[in-house]
Amino acid sequence: MDFDDLLAGDGRVEPRDEMPDGYRRTLVRQIAQHAHSEIIGMQPEGNWISRAPSLRRKAILMAKVQDEAGHGLYLYAAAETLGVDREDLLDQLHTGRQKYSSIFNYPTLTWADVGAIGWLVDGAAIVNQVPLCRCSYGPYARAMVRVCKEESFHQRQGFEILHTLSHGTPAQRAMAQDAVDRYWWPSLMMFGPPDDDSPNSAQSMAWGIKRFSNDDLRQRFVDMTVPQAEALGLTLPDPEIRWNEERGHYDFGTVDFTELFEVIKGNGPCNQQRLAHRVGAHEDGAWVREAASAYAAKQAVREGAA
Amino acid sequence: MSTPSKTLGDYVLGLADDALVSAQRMGWWISRAPQLEEDLALANIGLDQLGQARTLLSYAGQLEGDGRTEDDLAYLRDEREFRNVWLVERAQSDFGVTMARLLLFAAWQSELYAALASCPDPTLAGVAGKAVKEVAYHLDHAARWVVRLGDGTEESHQRMQAALDAEWPYLDELFRPVEGAVVDPASLHPLVLARIEPVVAEATLEVPQVAPARGGGRAGLHTEELGYLLAEMQHLHRSHPGATW
Repeated sequence: MDFDDLLAGDGRVEPRDEMPDGYRRTLVRQIAQHAHSEIIGMQPEGNWISRAPSLRRKAILMAKVQDEAGHGLYLYAAAETLGVDREDLLDQLHTGRQKYSSIFNYPTLTWADVGAIGWLVDGAAIVNQVPLCRCSYGPYARAMVRVCKEESFHQRQGFEILHTLSHGTPAQRAMAQDAVDRYWWPSLMMFGPPDDDSPNSAQSMAWGIKRFSNDDLRQRFVDMTVPQAEALGLTLPDPEIRWNEERGHYDFGTVDFTELFEVIKGNGPCNQQRLAHRVGAHEDGAWVREAASAYAAKQAVREGAA
Repeated sequence: MSTPSKTLGDYVLGLADDALVSAQRMGWWISRAPQLEEDLALANIGLDQLGQARTLLSYAGQLEGDGRTEDDLAYLRDEREFRNVWLVERAQSDFGVTMARLLLFAAWQSELYAALASCPDPTLAGVAGKAVKEVAYHLDHAARWVVRLGDGTEESHQRMQAALDAEWPYLDELFRPVEGAVVDPASLHPLVLARIEPVVAEATLEVPQVAPARGGGRAGLHTEELGYLLAEMQHLHRSHPGATW
């Protein structure tokens, strides 16, 4: 079927279908950025695996970071259906030509940050990603269905970490509040710039890649999160949050987007560290990947000879 | 005083600590592996080992009879009270070393758990019966990598041989007598070698001819590296005495 007819009928575009170059490029960029975010996102939480305060929490955290690696794999595989390969996408990440979500350029300073990332960052990711399950590109939409199921599990785990802390000792409670204070605004920035300053949004919406605007999704996240913060007994660091009866939504303060643009430019607290860690792991592993290819080639020859 | 449940408890604690310390080292790889598939695999292996450790620690606490939980035992003992072997406790950041170590450790755990699965102690038999399937995967994973690296490039061949040479001295400690042992450690020696040596041969590597390391972990005598591992692992838990997480 013709691309425009497919979109008009809310059908799914599959890898062999004809698609405009711009559509393909936009998807590659977005899916790759998403995959990169999963694998860079392993670092801030991986930072606490060795120090998790109970063996149960250690096991949950290891499984969670493992899930992120798994999400990275599905997403790279989805991108590969568009005619690119993972090795090349990784190279673009390592050389700074492709980005990852800016949220992972913030440090995890305490154990409570692991809870805040689960609750707020995964919570925001879910709000962003649920509509992607209906994205016009089939392989991406299907990958997102799996990712979203696991993310909602992670979000509950993060909430539970913070709930335990906020009902624990005064020091634990203070740790939880501090983490929420530091992660709240960066989480709101995860929805991207405001609608009137988001150059690619309109085209992505027309292509059925994006279903809701940045500001709509941000509002949805605030509406979902405010009652959860009350249930936790923690305060969101925004005095302007209040229910607006007329709008049927929570009002909230102005997000400081100069901060987001600074982090995107590379001036966040951990940009250099995150990339150096990733590039270091990739370079240290080069001999292993080369050996695996050499062995596979030898095996192919042996099997051919046999 | 050495009662039967105390010596059995010490034996179980040794196996628990092997698994726990190994899991702690495995966790380091997550986000640092040579490729994404390996981040997943090493996390998986670490999780299995951590699961074994938790069950064994709880059982050791039960045998001890003082009400200590898995977390009390993991977080509130000092170096001299840990009972793990030296094989698992040393820091590692070379993938070849990790695979050499896992080959030795998983080969030993495979034979150990297979034997324990039919021992008269129902708890131990239950843990072992579940774990034997997990470690079969660990062993297979390590063996495949040792073969790929040994028979890969010239560089990987040299690095894999060096890794095997570096880890081999720590194999011997696994077969030394232990008080309360449910399975005679020495009886596992030929079985474990029979699993390892064909892998080494297929990998075009040499079985190292090296003297055994001193060891002493089962008596709480460790390398200097364990203290740092425990300091990192235990710090947060110990900073908030009595807190719930």
